[in-house]
Amino acid sequence: MTALLGLLRKEVYHILRDRRTLVVIIALPVLQVILFGYAIRTDVDHVRLAVVDPTPDPVTLAIRSRFDAAGVFRTVAVLRRTDALEQFFKRGTAQGAVAFEPGFSEHLARGLPARVLILADATEPNTGSIVQAYAAAVIQGYEREQRQAGMRVRIVPDLRMRFNPTRESSNLFVPGLMAFVLTIVSSLMTAISLTREKETGTMEALLVSPLRPWQIIVGKVAPYLVVGFISVVGVILEARLAFNVPLRGSVTLLLFEGLIFILVSLSLGILISARTSSQRVAMMGALAGTLLPTMLLSGFIFPIESMPWPLRAISIVVPARWFVLVARSIMLKGVGLAYLWPETLVLLAMALVLLAASTYSFNERLES
Amino acid sequence: MSETPAIDARDLTRRFGKFTAVDRVTFEVGAGEVFGFLGANGAGKTTAIRMLTGLLAPTGGRATVAGFDVASEAEAIKRHIGYMSQRFSLYEDLTVRENIRLYGGIYDLSLREIRERTGRILGQLRLEQSADRLVRAIPLGWRQKLAFSVALLHEPQVVFLDEPTSGVDPITRRQFWELIYEAAARGTTALVTTHYLDEAEYCDRISIMVAGRIAAIGTPGELRQRFNADSIDDVFVRLARPTIQPSIPEAELPQ
Repeated sequence: MTALLGLLRKEVYHILRDRRTLVVIIALPVLQVILFGYAIRTDVDHVRLAVVDPTPDPVTLAIRSRFDAAGVFRTVAVLRRTDALEQFFKRGTAQGAVAFEPGFSEHLARGLPARVLILADATEPNTGSIVQAYAAAVIQGYEREQRQAGMRVRIVPDLRMRFNPTRESSNLFVPGLMAFVLTIVSSLMTAISLTREKETGTMEALLVSPLRPWQIIVGKVAPYLVVGFISVVGVILEARLAFNVPLRGSVTLLLFEGLIFILVSLSLGILISARTSSQRVAMMGALAGTLLPTMLLSGFIFPIESMPWPLRAISIVVPARWFVLVARSIMLKGVGLAYLWPETLVLLAMALVLLAASTYSFNERLES
Repeated sequence: MSETPAIDARDLTRRFGKFTAVDRVTFEVGAGEVFGFLGANGAGKTTAIRMLTGLLAPTGGRATVAGFDVASEAEAIKRHIGYMSQRFSLYEDLTVRENIRLYGGIYDLSLREIRERTGRILGQLRLEQSADRLVRAIPLGWRQKLAFSVALLHEPQVVFLDEPTSGVDPITRRQFWELIYEAAARGTTALVTTHYLDEAEYCDRISIMVAGRIAAIGTPGELRQRFNADSIDDVFVRLARPTIQPSIPEAELPQ
């Protein structure tokens, strides 16, 4: 036990003395929250809006003034016919358009649903969908207000968003960012620190010592588990304080799922280091094998639903996909294990399989 | 330990697939002996050492180290041997004192023992001033001597030194050998590999491995006589030349 404590202490020294790496580990998540939150903000502002209002009436005028008042939109043109819109989109003078159907208020007055077409420039798919969502939210707001005033109105817009009605991008990126940070700290740092010991020759000294393989692994890996945890808590705090990202579900459950995901990532790091003998190769392996899938195939940035089926199939074995799903559900929907047990089981199974595989690969190395 | 040899290998063999890296190697090393384990790169030294240190199971034959069987008692062996590799086995981002403490802990020494031995090592190597400096910051020669002392920290019966003096200047090499002699005088057996053949002359006995087998074994004097050579260098070149060819299998090299 004292041997293990000594190992742990040594690893802590490694981490604390390698200032640059430590700064990267700690600062990266913080910076990323800021980057994703402000710089790469997928929220939109000052959207140039074209309005098509064939038969202006009090209702359409009221809705139009709401668009102006929303702060997000700037009406650049009011048109009579939808076919005139094409030009605006082609030239980029409009990023979005709201087209009321003719006789809008008449429909409403007769108790019929009134249709409104919401168009968005989809060259940037993200912005496009956000513009649509904002516009829909404005119209729904009007509708809700009218109903509260006792009016029976039914307006049918094209798009509805749940759970994130204002389309705050920070709400979506924070869970993904947690997966990303955990992958960096757990997979990348573990793989690098293990291969560093192979490169310098200290691993041999540990292997010929009476230490058991599991002690070596625990001694190497446990400190990174702690660092990973600190990073995650940091990301959550920063997201809460700086961006007001909701945390509707149980924090304990979220941290528990995070722990499983850390175990998965650590195992991947051990596996990568077992197959490589230089830090450089380990780094490339970790980047290609864990970071890229976490970025691209987890639904963190690109929605899984919109991927072609081969990528969707691959994403099934990407642990981050499940963690991001679970973390989003806990944070944004506030659901618990009753809903999330299948995903949790998938993560647990992955953790068990990968832990077994990484321990095996470590033992196998001793033999060859 | 007076009767049982410190290292006793009988027909020790290791095959990797069809390739035989170590082929029925038989030798004995007595307690307190300094044994030179020579051979060209790829001759099978590293594989043999890996088996003797319990890192690699033999595929044939048997061997005991400090009285323990390498195949069945590898864990016990690990407690009774020290090991220092050609590659550096100390942590460069830990201080001298922390390195000693780490390895002391790994070998289950008590805190008191660690304190005492730290003082002894620092005094012996005249490193008192540098005790709290990072190992990275002290000169290579000191580091090698420190690595050796750390390998002996738990007072092992046998210490394996895999090219301990590579890259070290001649004066430090001489000092290093003095450390080996001191340890041997206290009863520690040392098995040393080296590429500096002048160092082979410092050994009590040497063996020369060629293509997985021990081609010659004896005291340096005996070998010079037997091969009618002026130096071990000559002996080595005569024995090893036929195999220092591009055909040396890569699989034998570590990693």
